[in-house]
Amino acid sequence: MISTILILGAGQAGAQAVDSLRREGFAGRLVLIGDEPQLPYQRPPLSKQFLAGEMAEDRLFFRHQAYYDQHRVELELGRRATRIDAAARRVSLSDGETLAYDRLMLCTGAKSRPLTCPGAELAGVHYLRGVADVAAMRPGLKAGARVVIIGGGYIGLETAATARKLGCAVTVLEMADRVMNRVVASSVSEYFAHEHRTQGIKIICNTRVVRLEGTGRVERVVCADGSAYEADLLVVGVGAVPNSELAAEAGLACENGITVDEYCRTSDAAIYAAGDCTHHPSLRFEMRVRLESVDNAFEQAKTAALNLLGKPTIHDRVPWFWSDQFDNKLLIVGLSSGFDQQVLRGDPAARSFSICYLKGGELLAVEAINHPKDYIAARKLIAERARPDLDKLADPRISLKETV
Amino acid sequence: MPLIVFVERGGARREVRAPEGVTVMEIARRHGIDGIVAQCGGACACATCHVYVAPQWLEKLEPREDMEEGMLENAWEPRANSRLSCQIHLAAALDGLEVTVPRRQNLLENDQ
Repeated sequence: MISTILILGAGQAGAQAVDSLRREGFAGRLVLIGDEPQLPYQRPPLSKQFLAGEMAEDRLFFRHQAYYDQHRVELELGRRATRIDAAARRVSLSDGETLAYDRLMLCTGAKSRPLTCPGAELAGVHYLRGVADVAAMRPGLKAGARVVIIGGGYIGLETAATARKLGCAVTVLEMADRVMNRVVASSVSEYFAHEHRTQGIKIICNTRVVRLEGTGRVERVVCADGSAYEADLLVVGVGAVPNSELAAEAGLACENGITVDEYCRTSDAAIYAAGDCTHHPSLRFEMRVRLESVDNAFEQAKTAALNLLGKPTIHDRVPWFWSDQFDNKLLIVGLSSGFDQQVLRGDPAARSFSICYLKGGELLAVEAINHPKDYIAARKLIAERARPDLDKLADPRISLKETV
Repeated sequence: MPLIVFVERGGARREVRAPEGVTVMEIARRHGIDGIVAQCGGACACATCHVYVAPQWLEKLEPREDMEEGMLENAWEPRANSRLSCQIHLAAALDGLEVTVPRRQNLLENDQ
């Protein structure tokens, strides 16, 4: 009999696990442990409206305190787990307390990949992961401030757009030959780089940062080619690494995250995991993946909760992602890796287009720029392994769902 | 504070008061209204906060923008009175607004 469930991590997956467990009728003791002091909150606005100061903190919260009280959820916030004893089924907290569990759910997420070059420890070097990071960064994002962003991925570009809207002079330094190179087609990279440049942001690709200089505080970023950029504030967005240390120390199988199966089970029968921290099978794409996404955290948490309660459920989803940069919305559905064909629908100059990826004629992924119809239609087509007619696909006047 | 009435999937009516400015989706999420999933948290990126607005309230709402229009086109059973609740901001003029939660949110989602 399961009388106590502990959830480690109070982000998107942890909050969803609470919701799903209570919704599915779990009536026992439910404890949610998170190392940040805030009620569980959503992170996507942190680089956008919340960073811009357009959104109050309490609007980030998934639920208010009353929900947790009503549903008898014990919130252990501002407390960090330091050890999992899988044999004894106990979790130790940093203040020495230990909590026993019958089932444990790991929703520990990911952390910002740290910059390792000389000077990385200087004041004025920021990361963007939590509310505290925003609080630390925001006072420096004043009109006229020189902001250098290392990394032209989602976080870097969203932060660049927000800082620019706040009047900062923004430079983005990207190591690869184009922005968002790991996640979008080159034409989409070009489109977004152009949008940022039009707004007055400097984007410099093919550049590797070798050190940060400054007396106590960052003043200058120096690159391998000798170029240097003056900075009042620096934001590092060079990727994330899964929080899987506790799981690994407890003897759970881990490889690029906590290894789980399609039921969100770890290698320990009493422990499940969900969200950014997991390395899991994608049934549709026939490979193992680790995804940093709201959708995946949400769906895996739901799946884990159901399985944990003895209701066998398989996680078999087509992942999706989005990014807001200035007035552009990038919507991505599917995983493009392994594609053998790319089809453009529409005209980037019209500021609304999409890129379709196929493999052996099957639709794998779509990147839709200001084009919600293609995105929504693609979610269904990709799940169904649809094989669109290529001539129709290339004709943007034909709706995506009519191409099959 | 304006009152908003949610008709949940089983037909239950939930009446809640909420401050002006926040969205109907946010209110639903805070109060745990059954059937409003709101995965993306209000970014107009997922179409899982779809509601049917009671007809007498429709013209009091700001019209749909292109992004919402596109998202709704392939929602589960869209109707003329379909809206994404993340795009409806509460205002004094909407005191009493009634919205009904569809039986499902998306063609592909399992029921939450």
